[in-house]
Amino acid sequence: MKLIQYVLNNYGLMGGLLLQHLQLTGIAILSAIAIGVPLGILITRYKSIAGPILAVSSVFQTIPSIAFFGVLIPFLGIGKKTAIIVLFLYALLPIVKNTYTGIKEVSPFLKDAGKGMGMTNMQILTMVELPQSLPVIMAGVRIATVINIGTTTIAAYIGAGGLGQLIFTGIQLYRNEMILAGAIPAALLAILIDRLFGCIEYKMTSKGLKGESI
Amino acid sequence: MLTFENVTKNYGNDTAVDALDMTIESGEITVLIGPSGCGKTTTLRMINRLIEPSSGHIYIDGVDIGKTDPVEHRRNIGYVIQQIALFPHMTIAENIALVPTLKKWSEQKKDERVDELLHFVGMPPETFKQRYPHELSGGQQQRIGVIRALAADPDIILMDEPFSALDPITRIALQEELIEMNNTLGKTIVFVTHDIDEALKLAGRIAVMKDGKIVQLDTPENLLRNPAHGFVEEFIGKDRLLRRPELIQVRDIMIAEPVTISPKRTLTQALERMRERKVDSLMVVEKEGRFVGVLTAGDVLDHFGRSMVVSEVVRTNVNRVPEDSNVSEVLAIMSTENVGYVPVVSDENILRGLITRSSLINVLGHGVTNGGGEA
Ligand SMILES: Nc1ncnc2c1ncn2[C@@H]1O[C@H](COP(=O)(O)OP(=O)(O)OP(=O)(O)O)[C@@H](O)[C@H]1O
Ligand SMILES: [Mg+2]
Repeated sequence: MKLIQYVLNNYGLMGGLLLQHLQLTGIAILSAIAIGVPLGILITRYKSIAGPILAVSSVFQTIPSIAFFGVLIPFLGIGKKTAIIVLFLYALLPIVKNTYTGIKEVSPFLKDAGKGMGMTNMQILTMVELPQSLPVIMAGVRIATVINIGTTTIAAYIGAGGLGQLIFTGIQLYRNEMILAGAIPAALLAILIDRLFGCIEYKMTSKGLKGESI
Repeated sequence: MLTFENVTKNYGNDTAVDALDMTIESGEITVLIGPSGCGKTTTLRMINRLIEPSSGHIYIDGVDIGKTDPVEHRRNIGYVIQQIALFPHMTIAENIALVPTLKKWSEQKKDERVDELLHFVGMPPETFKQRYPHELSGGQQQRIGVIRALAADPDIILMDEPFSALDPITRIALQEELIEMNNTLGKTIVFVTHDIDEALKLAGRIAVMKDGKIVQLDTPENLLRNPAHGFVEEFIGKDRLLRRPELIQVRDIMIAEPVTISPKRTLTQALERMRERKVDSLMVVEKEGRFVGVLTAGDVLDHFGRSMVVSEVVRTNVNRVPEDSNVSEVLAIMSTENVGYVPVVSDENILRGLITRSSLINVLGHGVTNGGGEA
């Protein structure tokens, strides 16, 4: 089979592109978590800005990725930097939104009990709200990551590298085995990362929230 | 001692608590009761500063709580709410030790305290410590809610309808436990409820609230005896007032025509009369109904066959009560003298009637006669 032949001849190249892919997605997701979770928390505290912030981040979500890249190229040029910014903006909404909903859904009675027993605001956040909303926040991170792995393939279009490079080159050269050598690892990567996050989420979530008996 | 001085809480134009003055004694359960929206929760939550008064001051042992650090203040006051609000992601041990954790107790000290408290409510630590709240029944959860409030040994505990979401049997069990607990611990408990039975059962003193004001703050006994206000009477319920033993006069419930016998009759005649009327004792009266004493079946049988007359056997040192005495006095006699009957006589010692245990049970139900000593 041509695909197997191709992989055997090019696994070095493929491995490099896979790492690049992971790097693009990884940087985008980590920064989206670093900004998105605090932002999500922040807007639960200042309700009036919650609407606008969620609206703005969902606008990013609705712009087709190709168009988004296209719009930013005149300002930022092509390459990794632009790609990461776009990927970051895509990842932001699910993370902000899930953090916001997760925390908002924590029972007001739990927060009241915590406050009434003498927790500081920070302790209410770290001891009550975050552990309670962790599954929802993690779900946001998972969605963002899976979407991002897909979108990263398109980033190759603006010269950011990654597995998308094989797909685009394959399309231009009419070489199906090249397309597949890019697409299959990208798909597997998405599934694998989703699983991995599922495990992390399970490990991090308190037994008390899983509704199982010990 | 917890003192409210002219405390008002406004929400916009609404007044939830209105110029409240109140003193809550240390070491007893004070119940706040009143219709929905009368300001009970608001009053309670001002004590641990979850709500700040619009004006006025609250003092604990003379210290204005408005001048304390609110977080530190709350750690020194127990807080239990109807929704229980155990943290579902924490184990039972972690939940109980929450305030000690905030107060940075050592792990060992926390662990010992958790065990002690679980034992206190009869929940073996080995079984329950590592469980999560959803693995407990509602009643068990609220037991944990209560001991969690006790964990750091606060002097004051606030409870907002803690038992009202529980089924009646569990509720009664937890009420009993709370009473017992406080007999041992002597905490100052402020307890909100809208259930008057619960209030009468638990309270050292009851504050009846209406429209953000206290209508009456009194012991349950005084509240029932002298409701200060038509509202209080209405709120307590007329039928409950009538059921209270100290409010029932004996003339209203006595057996008006007890079976009597003259002192001159023989014991054989007395026994025959008992058989005929299906009673085990006779009221011995002279002509004109003057009360002499009581003849019981036991007394008759002890002396039977010796051809004696009633006057030789009759018990004359019998406790008797006037017609306008109340049932609680009768109950006191019954329990201290261990007798099953109390004759009712007029000022001239004329027999008017008789109160027996079974006639009381008909009026009061079992609970009250068993606790006859409470009068
Ligand atoms: N945050 C708030 N904003 C506006 N009004 C409030 C607020 N909290 C309470 N109130 C009003 O204050 C009044 C007293 O409320 P509170 O909760 O103290 O009543 P309650 O006696 O505890 O009633 P319930 O038996 O129903 O619990 C009510 O009229 C209520 O609507
Ligand atoms: Mg209330």
